[in-house]
This record gives sequence, structure tokens and C-alpha cells, in this order.
Amino acid sequence: MFYIYCPHCGEHREEEEFHAKGQAHLARPLDPDNCTDHEWGEYLYMRKNPRGLHHEIWIHATGCRKFFNMTRDTVSYEIKEVYKIGERPSVVAAS
Amino acid sequence: MSDIIAPTKQAAVEAASVETVALMDQLAGTDIRAESPLYHADLATVAKQGPKAGGVTLQEHKLLGHLVIRGSQDNAGFLAGARAVLGFDLPTQPLTAAEDGTLSVRWIAPDEWLVILPGREAFELENRLREAMSGHVAIVNVSGGQTVLELSGPNARAVLKKSTPYDVHDRNFPVGKVVTTVFAKSQAVIRRTGEQNWELVIRRSFADYLWLWLQDASAEFGLVIKD
Amino acid sequence: MSQKNRLASGGRVDRAKALNFSYNGRQYPGFEGDTVASALLANGVDIVGRSFKYSRPRGIIAAGAEEPNAVLQVGSTEATQVPNVRATQQSLFNGLVCSATNGWPNADLDLMGYVGKVGGRMMPPGFYYKTFMYPQSLWETYEKFIRKAAGLGRSSTERDPDMYDKVNHHCDLMIVGAGPAGLAAALVAARSGARVILADEQSEFGGSLLDTRETLNGRPAAEWVATVVAELKQHPEVLLLPRSTVNGYHDHNFLTIHERCTDHLGDQAPAGQVRQRMHRVRANQVVLATGAHERPLVFGNNDVPGCMQAAAVSTYINRYAVVPGKELVLMTTNDHAYQAALDWHDAGRKVVAIVDTRQNPKGDRIDAARSRGLKIIAGSGVIEVQGSKRVTGVSIAPLNAAGDALAGSVERLSCDTVASSGGWSPVIHLSCHTGSRPEWRDDVIGFVPGKTVQKQHCAGGINGTYGLKAVLEEGARAGAAACEAAGFGDAAKGISLPLAEKVREGKAMALFHIPHTKPTSRAPKQFVDYQNDVTAAGIELATREGFESIEHVKRYTAMGFGTDQGKLGNINGMAVAAKSLNQTIPQTGTTIFRPNYTPVTFGAVAGRDCGALFDVNRFSAMHKWHVANGALFEDVGQWKRPWYFPQGGETMQQALDRECKATRESVGILDASTLGKIDIQGKDAREFLARVYTNAWAKLPVGKCRYGLMCGEDGMVFDDGVTSCLADNHFLMTTTTGGAARVLEWLELYHQTEWPELEVYFSSVTDHWATMTISGPNARKLLSELTDLDLDRDTFKFMDWRQGDVAGVPARVFRISFTGELSYEINVQANYGLHVWEKLFEHGAKYNLTPYGTETMHVLRAEKGFIIAGQDTDGSVTPIDLGMSWCVSNTKPFSYIGKRGMAREDCVRTDRKHLVGLKTRDPKVVIPEGAQAVNDPKQPIPMTMLGHVTSSYYSANLGHSVAMGFVRNGHNRMGETVFYPLADGRVIEAEICNPVFLDPKGERQNV
Ligand SMILES: [Zn+2]
Repeated sequence: MFYIYCPHCGEHREEEEFHAKGQAHLARPLDPDNCTDHEWGEYLYMRKNPRGLHHEIWIHATGCRKFFNMTRDTVSYEIKEVYKIGERPSVVAAS
Repeated sequence: MSDIIAPTKQAAVEAASVETVALMDQLAGTDIRAESPLYHADLATVAKQGPKAGGVTLQEHKLLGHLVIRGSQDNAGFLAGARAVLGFDLPTQPLTAAEDGTLSVRWIAPDEWLVILPGREAFELENRLREAMSGHVAIVNVSGGQTVLELSGPNARAVLKKSTPYDVHDRNFPVGKVVTTVFAKSQAVIRRTGEQNWELVIRRSFADYLWLWLQDASAEFGLVIKD
Repeated sequence: MSQKNRLASGGRVDRAKALNFSYNGRQYPGFEGDTVASALLANGVDIVGRSFKYSRPRGIIAAGAEEPNAVLQVGSTEATQVPNVRATQQSLFNGLVCSATNGWPNADLDLMGYVGKVGGRMMPPGFYYKTFMYPQSLWETYEKFIRKAAGLGRSSTERDPDMYDKVNHHCDLMIVGAGPAGLAAALVAARSGARVILADEQSEFGGSLLDTRETLNGRPAAEWVATVVAELKQHPEVLLLPRSTVNGYHDHNFLTIHERCTDHLGDQAPAGQVRQRMHRVRANQVVLATGAHERPLVFGNNDVPGCMQAAAVSTYINRYAVVPGKELVLMTTNDHAYQAALDWHDAGRKVVAIVDTRQNPKGDRIDAARSRGLKIIAGSGVIEVQGSKRVTGVSIAPLNAAGDALAGSVERLSCDTVASSGGWSPVIHLSCHTGSRPEWRDDVIGFVPGKTVQKQHCAGGINGTYGLKAVLEEGARAGAAACEAAGFGDAAKGISLPLAEKVREGKAMALFHIPHTKPTSRAPKQFVDYQNDVTAAGIELATREGFESIEHVKRYTAMGFGTDQGKLGNINGMAVAAKSLNQTIPQTGTTIFRPNYTPVTFGAVAGRDCGALFDVNRFSAMHKWHVANGALFEDVGQWKRPWYFPQGGETMQQALDRECKATRESVGILDASTLGKIDIQGKDAREFLARVYTNAWAKLPVGKCRYGLMCGEDGMVFDDGVTSCLADNHFLMTTTTGGAARVLEWLELYHQTEWPELEVYFSSVTDHWATMTISGPNARKLLSELTDLDLDRDTFKFMDWRQGDVAGVPARVFRISFTGELSYEINVQANYGLHVWEKLFEHGAKYNLTPYGTETMHVLRAEKGFIIAGQDTDGSVTPIDLGMSWCVSNTKPFSYIGKRGMAREDCVRTDRKHLVGLKTRDPKVVIPEGAQAVNDPKQPIPMTMLGHVTSSYYSANLGHSVAMGFVRNGHNRMGETVFYPLADGRVIEAEICNPVFLDPKGERQNV
């Protein structure tokens, strides 16, 4: 059971109030019609499954109904950072 | 989903013409029977026949006007219009509320507020707000879809602790604070209105479930119904 | 009746309060303050169960949560049965009824002896896995046998009469364990003003201080406990939870506590009281002060009743005034355990010998034993116990210095009790729950909590710190550190700790498994895990069979399984495995414990979420009318929707036939309030709709409605509904009942993350509007009696909406149809829903206005070939597959959601599975939904399946069945025949047809 800081409400809330919506920072191709099937498939289906830092998108569903990003360690379940949509993460995996 | 795209702020446009939204006074004459979500629980009779003393008191504030107001805090025309009509600023600080007499405003989200006022005044307020506010705004009448319950008494907090995972301790939930959170298997907008008073805004279709829940959760303290 | 093992004085039991209880059908006396275990021992009850595999008699070993054997079935009535209760944790109350769980049929009888021996042979280590290799059909036979023999307890077959509860908490400090470390931490924290929860699984706070004979400030330690507890009670921000086991420690400092509020008062909670409560705690900081469990030694027949932990012997004597035998042999690797012999001796019973595995023990307690004249046999071990239902004697033999071989001849001693101590295992269970791997410490001879990401502090025995003075200091330090981390640093300045005695202790020996004259495999059984009957020989066998990882050994042997979770056995098991693999314990691995620490009742797990509160039931504003008019209900998501309204003795089919005919012939009414409704405002609303729906929205005029399909990016339909243009910048979208929340979240997702530049706001108005649909040729006539609206067919056309009064209530009326009939969907503010509904019935009687539910709705729409998203779609079908290309616009400037997906190579194939109508050759036969189409019913199994039937009904209006389903390449096979072979051997033949069975030109809805 996570304890999640909502950057819009400005405080921690119980996980029950949130929905996880998967990997963050997946840009919808600006011109889908000119994507190859392969490119479209990458966008549509290919997801990271990292051991360690993962950038995810969540929604404060039973709350302010706002989406936000979370950087989470998939091993320890630590939440390293939350940041608003449109912002970039400051905690990233060493590449 | 791409969240790298920076939201592009657009300049507020001139006041929208009335025809761009469908305004509707949804109230019938007073001769028509209106039923609040808990109408069938017949709280008036329960109040008359039930216990008069107990640790928890429950009252439905029914058939009030509920308006959802949407707008950007970057839109000066929106905020100014709201101030002009309400007589006070929209509470822009998260999780706060403001009230004046019978009208109260709850922060719901950075671009969303819930106004509750006497039911018969809702349509007029909506009109005045629409007139006064400019730019991209929305007002939605949700009066039929919600009701207000007031939970009070020395054990009200204990009932809340059974019902919501939110921290209702004085240090975290002072009088005046408002949160939207999980309530039993439903949700509620909870506002602390007094030392022992808590207001719950709940959805109509969940009202029967929550009425059952509250009776059950209050049983050990004694539940008093106030009409 | 006598309590032959009860001392005349001492202990914390109240001799003035005599209690009676029943064990295995016999009555026994006890006192208030007893546990069931202490009362059984007071009465000289030796056997509390029979073992899992070998059916050996077992007695009480421990005094706390780690007890593996005395796991009882408690309850005086069927309704109050509770399985898996540890006798050591259950407070005694008057009238308590309990019985052994493991005995079948009776722990004292040896009926299981034979079976047990068979079982023992049948169940070597790895039994479960080896069994699974046999034909699976045999497993059912084995399982029945094993369950019965193992006696895993049983739950009540009746409704539990008690109330259970859940409460949410937040605190600055959660302190687990109220022994010396926990109390010291709590005292510091309480004085700092922090919000503190202190929980302990025992009935009294104090932990080891309740049975120690060490003093604090020169006074009995329990006096200090009383002072501290009295002070803690005065602090308003401190919550004290005795009888409360912290059974789980989860991510981000979330803990669950199982409080047994009234289990000590009786079988059933006093009226109005909650029996058990689950506390859900979110703690800023956690202090684990969970102490340590004494580790018994592994030696031959070490499970014979009368074999106990040394510390448990002390606890029973000092806390409960019960001496569980007459003649004691103590075997120890350490100084501390000498206390058991001292207590035994001081209680006036005979200490036969203290067998110390160390060659040259030295320390204060050893001196105390010597000064009492107790016989100490150093450098030796008990290699084997004699006796079957009770210890009758032991064999002892000298050990070499390392303790891994015998170094002399065997000697016999007679005794009835064998206490053993191999040192202590820190109770690290909770620290493991969040994934932290424990670390071995040679100086502790045990695992201590490892690195963790939790905000966790440990103090006392859990760290391997056992001296009272050090434990108190660690507790205070942990409390202060936790306070500071929680922001209460300044207030947490030092408290004055009580003065503890100085006890000189010699070094303990790291020894777990006592060698025997015979090799382990042939020696008498040397038990490691009592509850799962895992022996040292079994573990050696596992390592010989190639299981080198301790995790594999555990699974292979079942060590640490069940309700025991390896509290006593895990470390010994690792030691045996390590020795067998010729490596150290840390090389062998580590041990991980998982929730729950001890079993939790289903009642506490369920709390109040049972019965009517099990799940949310959502109701429309007209629900009470439906109930009053005999509706049967269907669950649609959380909604209760009328399913159909049977009259008199009607069968379901008869009711449906009547409802369908009435609607087509005159007028029917449906409560459609549950449909999701989303109010959309903003100048870009139209553009947004165009991006999320597959069809065009740019030109929809004000006053008109349009049907739309919503797809995922993959081009697959996931929802549908009608959206109406209320004003230029204002739309009302409807969604399926089940999809309402998902669609709103979908819209918000795209708005907030992809297209924040679009000016649009979405608000749910599902609950705000009550929606009723009148449908049928007389719908206009009926509505005209109640409204000022101009209903003329040419001014209020099909797919128009109008605002006007209906039954005196302002309404939005939508002329849309899901039945193919002339239909009006009336929306009023929900507070007026029932009023308008009833007015419609007042006026509708002369038109035979007939209420219908979801089933008739399904039939009527199926006659028209209208799909239901979620029934006729399953996330794998495109609009084209559904034959709804009319609802797809590829001329829209923006590449709407689903467009690119539909253009994928696989989606543009022309022979995909298509939704088609199906007309059965025999008009009376209804194809079961889910049936698979094949071309050749005579093809051997597995047949080539072409697609399944999604919707299928009998149409009373048409006099034949109607069905829709998927058929591969179906759109190109109109008029051809497919077959539906059923499980019962029947084969239904059907012709592929257009799914619009009724009124293909749509004349009925346009009247
Ligand atoms: Zn939020």
C-alpha cells in the first residue's frame, strides 16, 4: 500500500485514491497516419519493464482527478519523485 | 501518453456569448414533489421515533443547489468574475473552502470548485457567474446528483476513522479543510465545519449504500438522526 | 479438580477468580490471567495434538506466538468456531471450549498411529512435489487424506454472530512490542507529544518484564511496567493496543494490526461490542521492538511432550505459577537458559541436571546454579529423549569442543521434562515483510533485520541485544531517533531509565543440532519444524537430492509452512542444511518471512464489508418503484438495474415476450438513468469529440444527437453512446452503464496529457439526471399528454433533442431509439425522477405502458441489430468488423484515436471475424451465447472455429430466434450456413444474415 504525494493536492494520500496508468512519457506520434506499422506498434504496445527506476503516470482518481508522473523504484517500491504532466523527471536511471 | 508536450496557454478570449452553452433552470414549481437521494430512508420519521441522544448525529441537508465551477487560475477574467459575484475569492489554496452565509465553496482541484447554496438560488447564481466570468470556464449544475450529510457529535471522528483512510486528526484536518477521498467503498467530499462537525458531499446513487454504512459504523456509539 | 502443577503463590494469575474451561470434552479449572496453555499445563495436560505427518503426540513447547503444537479449535457453538488459535495466546475465560486441532479423532488416542506411520512413509520430504508428478486425479485422494489427518482446523458452517471492524490510523510513531525496549521508546515518544501507537500481542504490556526475576530500580520489573503504562495512558496522543498483533508491515510504513478486543471475555462479544478489529496504520516512523524467540535444540525425539523451550519454562513458572513437570533436565548452549533451572529449583521441584554443551561455562547464573547445588554436566548434550506420551528420561553424551561429534559414552538420566535452549532468534518477521533481507551476525548467532527502505528503527531483542540495561537504552534511543525523524526532535530529550541489574554472562555456543551415536538418517527423529514434521534427516535428504538453496529446501520439505511460518524451526533448519552442505549459515542463504505473522480470522479481514455492505449497490431515483412493482434485478457494474418485471406466475420468457410485444405494439418504458452522462463544455468540445469518436462531429447542429463509437489507439471499440449538441460549446455525452467512469478517465487522460491546449471541461452528470425512455408506437401520444413540447414528427425529428416541461418538470427530451421504435428519452433532474415516472404511468395506463428491464432491452435492440459494447465487443473488434463503417470517418483532419490502429495490416484484412446476424434453420431454437461457429460439424475435434455467438434471444415479435455473432469473413458469406456444435451433442444450423432482423429501413422510429 503506497502513500502517494499528489502534486496537485499538495499532500500524501493513500494508494486507494489513485489509479496507475502505466509508463509515462510515451509521446503520441504527431502524424499517426504516416507511421509505419512498426513505429505504431512500438508506440502502442512496447513498454519498459525495468528493474529499478520507472517513470509512471498516475491519476488521483478519488481526489482531484488530475494526472501526474511518478518515478518509482520497482524493486524497493520507493517513490523517488512525483512531478506534474509536462514536467521532466529530475531522478533518472544512470544509463 | 505524451506528457512532454508543454501545455500551450492561450490568451483568454472575450466573454462567451450566452448561446454557446445551454442554460437550463432545472427546478420545477414547489408544488412538484422533489425527492432527495435519501428520501426513501424517511429520515424525518427516524428522527422523530429514534433515539435523541448518542455519540453520532446525522442530518441530511437536502435539495441544495450544487454547482461545479471549472476555470483556470491563470484566467484573470474567471477569478475576477467569481469574486465579483460571490463577494469573496475562490479558495485557490488546495484543500480549502470559503463560505458566506448559506453559500459555500470547496476547492476540488486546481481548476475545479464545488459551490453549494440554497436550491432555489442555484440557477440565478449560475447566470450571474456566467455573465461575470470570461474566457474558458464551465459551470455544471449537479444538484440532482449529490446530497449533503452532516456528521456530528463526540464520536463522529471515530465513524470517519472507520470509513476513510484519510487522516482526520486535528493536526491534519483542521476546521475549514476539505478533501475528496475514499469513503467506505464509495467516495465523498469531506469538509470539517466545526470541532465535532463534518460535512460529507456524496453521490446520489451511492446514498443508500452510505446510509446503511453509516448506520452500521455508528451503531456502537448510538446514532441520532436530525431532521 | 486439582491443578497439580500450580504453585500456591506467585505469578500474575488471580487465584480469587476461578474459571472453568473444557478441552477435548473434559472440564478443567484455571484462573483469570491464565492462557489456555498455562491452564492446560497447570492441569497436567501433556498432549495437545498429533503431528502432521507422523501423528506423534505433541505437547506445549512455547509460551508465546511461536508455539507450533498447541494450535486449537476454539468455540462452544458451531457459529463461534475459530480454528488455528494458539493456546499460548488465547486468554482463558469462563466456559471456554477448545479442542486439539491436529488429533483425529482425539489427540490422546493412538488411532492415527497406524495411519500416521503409513502417512509418514507416504509423505517423505518433497511429498507434495513428488505427488504432483503422478496423475493429477490422484491428488484429490491424497488431499482429502492429508487434510483430514493434518487437521488444519475448520471454520464455522454457520453465520458468525459477531461484529468485526476496521479502523484507519495515522501516527508519527508506530511501536511494535511493549517489552522493555518498546516501553522505553513509547515513553520517550509520548513525552515528545508525537502521535504514538503502541501495540503488543499479549494481554498485558511488559513482554519479558512480566516473567523476569531481574529487578529495575531494585524493585520487581513489573512495577516499572505499571508506572510506564499508567503514564502512557495519560498522554492524549498515545493509543495503547494490547491483545493486538501487528501481523503485517507493508510498503511505505503501512501496518495492519489484528486486535482481539473481546476474545478474552467469551466465545462471543458482549452485545454491541466489536469482537476483533483490524487497524490499518500509516506511520511516519516505525519502531520494531519485537524481541526474540528462544530457539530449541535439535536432538533425538525432541518432540516428546515434556520437551520445552527453557524460557517458556521460566515464563510458566514466574508469570503463571505453573511448573510443567517434576524433574527437569536442561540442555543449553548459553547462560541465560540457566534461569529455567533456577526457577524450577526455586519452585521446589527437582532439577536432575543442567547439560551445558560448552566445555567450561562461566557466569553469574552458572554461579547461582552452583550455589543452589544443581548438577551441571558441561561439554555434553542430550542426544535423545525416552518416552512417547511424556518424557521419561534422556540419553546424554559428551560432545567435542565444536559440538559436531560425540566424545564419550552415553549416559541415561530419568526426568519428565527437557528444557532446551540454543540461544535466541530475533523476531525479524515484520522487517522482512517489505522485502528487506535479514543479515546473519555471528556474535548474535542469528539473523537481524537487514537494510530497508522503510522508515524503521529497531531496538532490543530484534537486534540481538538481550541484556536488560542495553535493551532499555536501545529502546529509548530508537524512540528518540524516530521522534526526531518525525519532527518531534526537541521534545524527545532523554528520559531517565530505571536501573537494571548487571548480569555477567559467558559466551554462548553456536550449536543447533546435537549429534547422535547414529548418523542423522538413522537416528531417532530430530525435529526441526514441529508443525510440519520436518526433521534434520529430511533436510539432509533434501540437500542430498540436490536442493542447495535454502528456499528450495524449505519448499521441498515444507519447513516454515503453515501457520507456524518457521518461527522456531527456520534457523535450525538452515543450520542443518549448512552443515550438510559443508558451508556456513550465511552461505546457505537467508530466511524471509511473509505476512501474516500469526493467522488472522476471516472476520477481521472482512470487517464490516459483508452482508448488505459487501459491495456497493447503486440505485437510480426510481429504484423503489421497481422494487414495489416486482422487478428482478441485474447487476450492471455496481448498479442494480431492473432485469424484467414478471407478473403473476410468469416465467422469465413469458415476461420478456409480454414486455417486448407491449413495447412494439403500444409503449414500454425503461429506466436508463444508469447510462454514463458526461457534460462537456468549452470552445474546443467539438474538436475533442472528433478526436475521441470515430465519426464526424464538426457539423452536428445544436439540437441534434449523434451516435458515436469510441476506440482505443489500437482501433478496437471499447465504448459507444449518443452525444447531443446542447449548444455550440456544450455537449452531453452518454456512455455505457459499465463504462462511465472509464470513459471519463479516458477523456481526462487525453485532455490532460495529450491535448491540454484544447479548451474543454468534462463533468460527470450521471447521477444528476434521471433518465426514462418511452418507446413504442404510442410513445408520442403518451408524452403529448404531459408536455408543452411540440412533438410533431417534422419539428421534433428522430435524433433531435428539445427542452421543455414534462409532468411540470423542466426536461431535456431526446428522440433517440435503442429499440427501433418511436422513442423519447426524458431527462429530468434526478430529484424529480420518480415524480415524472409516476406521472407517465398515470397517463400511460390506457396505452398499457409496460415497464421493461435490461433483458427486454437486449432483445429489442438485437431485433434491430444494435450492438452492446462489452457484449458484442470484446476489445478485439474494429468498427469495420462490426459492420459499422458508416460510423467511421476518414476525412476528418485530425488522426482520431483508433484511426491508425484500424489501418494496421491485420485490421485491414477482409477476412477478419465479422459481426453478422444468424438465423437458425429451426426458428424456435436459440443458439447459446458463446457457442462457436464451424463450417463442418463432422470435422474431428479440435474443429476449426470461426467465431462465437455474442447475443442470442427468442423474439416474440418476429416469432423466431435472433442472434448476432462473429464469423470469420462473415460479411462476405451472407446467406451461407454455419454450424454450432454444442457440448450436449446437438448441432444448430444457422444462416449468416444481416443483423437487422426488424424494420431494416428504420420506418418505425421515424414515424
Ligand atoms: Zn490530488
